[in-house]
Amino acid sequence: MRVVAAMSGGVDSAVAAARMVDAGHEVIGVHLALNRQAATLRESARGCCTLEDAADARRVADLVGIPFYVWDLSAAFEQEVVEDFVAEYARGRTPNPCIRCNEKVKFAALLDRALALGFDAVATGHYARIAEGPHGRQLHRAHDRAKDQSYVLGVLDARQLAATELPLGDSTKDEVRADAAARGLAVARKPDSHDICFIPDGDTRRFLATRLELRPGPVVGLDGAVVGEHDGVVGFTVGQRHGLRLSRPAADGRPRYVVQVRPDDATVVVGPREALLVTALTAGQPRWCGPAPRGPVRLGAQIRAHGEEVPAVVTVGRGAVEVTFDAPLTGVARGQSVVLYDGTRVVGSATIDATRAPAAEDGPTSPTGPASSTGPASPTGPASDTE
Amino acid sequence: MLPAAVEAMVEVMGQVGNASSLHTSGRAARRLVEESRELVAEALGARPSEIVFTSGGTEADNLALAGVLDARRCADPRRARLVVSEVEHHAVIDTVEHLTRHDKAQVTWVGCDATGLVDAAALAEAIGGPASAADVALVSVMWANNEVGTVMPVAQLAQVAKAAGIPFHTDAVQAVGQVEVDFAASGADLLSVSGHKVGGPTGIGALVVGRDVAVTPRSFGGGQERQIRSGTLAVASIVGFATAIRHTVAEQATAARRLTALRDRLIHGATQVPGVAVSGPWTPGDWTTRLAGCAHLTVEHCAGDSLLYLLDAAGIECSTGSACQAGVPRPSHVLLAMGMPAERARGALRVTLGHTSTDAEVDAFLAALPGAVERAQRAEAATWRTAAT
Repeated sequence: MRVVAAMSGGVDSAVAAARMVDAGHEVIGVHLALNRQAATLRESARGCCTLEDAADARRVADLVGIPFYVWDLSAAFEQEVVEDFVAEYARGRTPNPCIRCNEKVKFAALLDRALALGFDAVATGHYARIAEGPHGRQLHRAHDRAKDQSYVLGVLDARQLAATELPLGDSTKDEVRADAAARGLAVARKPDSHDICFIPDGDTRRFLATRLELRPGPVVGLDGAVVGEHDGVVGFTVGQRHGLRLSRPAADGRPRYVVQVRPDDATVVVGPREALLVTALTAGQPRWCGPAPRGPVRLGAQIRAHGEEVPAVVTVGRGAVEVTFDAPLTGVARGQSVVLYDGTRVVGSATIDATRAPAAEDGPTSPTGPASSTGPASPTGPASDTE
Repeated sequence: MLPAAVEAMVEVMGQVGNASSLHTSGRAARRLVEESRELVAEALGARPSEIVFTSGGTEADNLALAGVLDARRCADPRRARLVVSEVEHHAVIDTVEHLTRHDKAQVTWVGCDATGLVDAAALAEAIGGPASAADVALVSVMWANNEVGTVMPVAQLAQVAKAAGIPFHTDAVQAVGQVEVDFAASGADLLSVSGHKVGGPTGIGALVVGRDVAVTPRSFGGGQERQIRSGTLAVASIVGFATAIRHTVAEQATAARRLTALRDRLIHGATQVPGVAVSGPWTPGDWTTRLAGCAHLTVEHCAGDSLLYLLDAAGIECSTGSACQAGVPRPSHVLLAMGMPAERARGALRVTLGHTSTDAEVDAFLAALPGAVERAQRAEAATWRTAAT
């Protein structure tokens, strides 16, 4: 097979490339230039896609003995990932740019360019497994459950999977590092990166402030009483507890969380932990890996990159998916993805549009209701796809 | 590297000696350096005392810009402005940007025409009238462009600067050995040259500094090289450089005739492929307006990096832009300065011909190009089709 190994400059993609060579394939290494700002490329030391990372990737390619290229996909990345990221936050949602990048850049723009250039597949250093099934290829959780990245690959459809190779799916991270060390790769001990690659300082709010106009407004309780003020709703994430700058404590003295972000009237709503509970969600833009399930079906649902999988009943409607959890849970943010599992197999994924609170269980789902969504505790939220 | 240069270097490396020392081996080293200095000066139409050895073309450019700016500003504080062409190598552009950001210098960029040519009128306009010329520290315009191969009218440009009372620097790294370069006849005050571009080793080069030009040093120490550039001299590299430049300059006309024929055949053949165009000036048979070994093409609707891969896979080595950009493909500032749309500049293909290039290689390139173009254009369409869904 002729394979493009996507090489970020980290240890995982380095070992993935080396293993494809071991397997006898004809491999070239490709580093994606995703960041448009040359200055960032030069100055940034964190995140990925820095010059240092490109140099690390090149060094690995030289050692493994494969040709190495840098492909500029920055225009596609800007348009499909960064602009979407900003637009989602502007709507008070919490996007996951790593998933969007996989869907639109790595396994789309890159994959299709590779196929058009005469390659058969793209190999990456993601921790997930591909297996042959009755309807074509299936995506499964990684052998190393702690490192499993099938969540961020949940957007891949059968066509994309057919041209994807994931050589790390059966390994643990420790085994991959040991493999890199045994091969003499200098990246063997390179630390994992967790930041959003285009926000190298990790300050999502500051990044958004460069792209969006901030409108100051009130922070209100569930009863509508003003309890503080903010510089702009952008960057507040449902479920967030810190950095609220509340002017007076809650009557009951218990901590309060962001339960709703309303860009329309520049309002942040806070409430007690119970207000974050969700019993069901509706998600749009579904992508299925293989045939879409019919009728109500019991599946596992995961709503965050490093979240637990919880049992749920899933109903597939026209362009939308309804997921009803067996037990209420917190940490569900609009804009994040819900990935559905049958055992270890990824069935599909969709983007969360609305949630339902226990009290409103019999009512319609509401995208704007007071308890409409919850999210990761950290404002930098979308946890990483990267190494 | 030229075999004669390798041979000369190996012989010198076997002998020990610091050219700054007074003992016997030091004197021997000193003699080799001074003989080399004479050879380099002769090859460039300069006097031996005008040759300041550096670590290469980049250091020579840095030294010229920063050193002359400082010296001229010390003499007259008003002189804080640099007048520099937009199509310079990054060794010049990035130095200028640093000086404007951290050293309170100003810059006036001089534009070029659609072929990359910087003409005397544009330079005169950038300098301005006598009142405005008084604040200029240095003019810098390259002898020949490293990407598209445009040869500048250096003597005319130097004359414009001289008339305004401003020293003139030219980065001749790409020109030496490709066209006739005569420092004295050009009227330039400073000239940069690199060892590896003339078939010598990497890590060596020179700044030619006219005898009445003041340059403030950037490195301090033993006071070597007219006190302009301190540091123990790299004797073997200097000998290799001198051997190479002497040979390359002597062979320049012969090589240019041969390479021009190859270049013309390559450009003619390549531009028959739909969507492929030549960039820069091109008059078949002529190497005085476009460097003999330089064929620069752009291909519509495709990314240069895809072409690079496809041609590489066919055994043909080229590049898309300037090789110094750490492998990250960006539209070339030279093409953008020539007024080319960024989208077109993405499909740039730099094909450089040298003393090892053959007719068979040109044939191989022309055979591989149509398929590569077609495939790269398909890959580009696929990239966007899927990203947009």
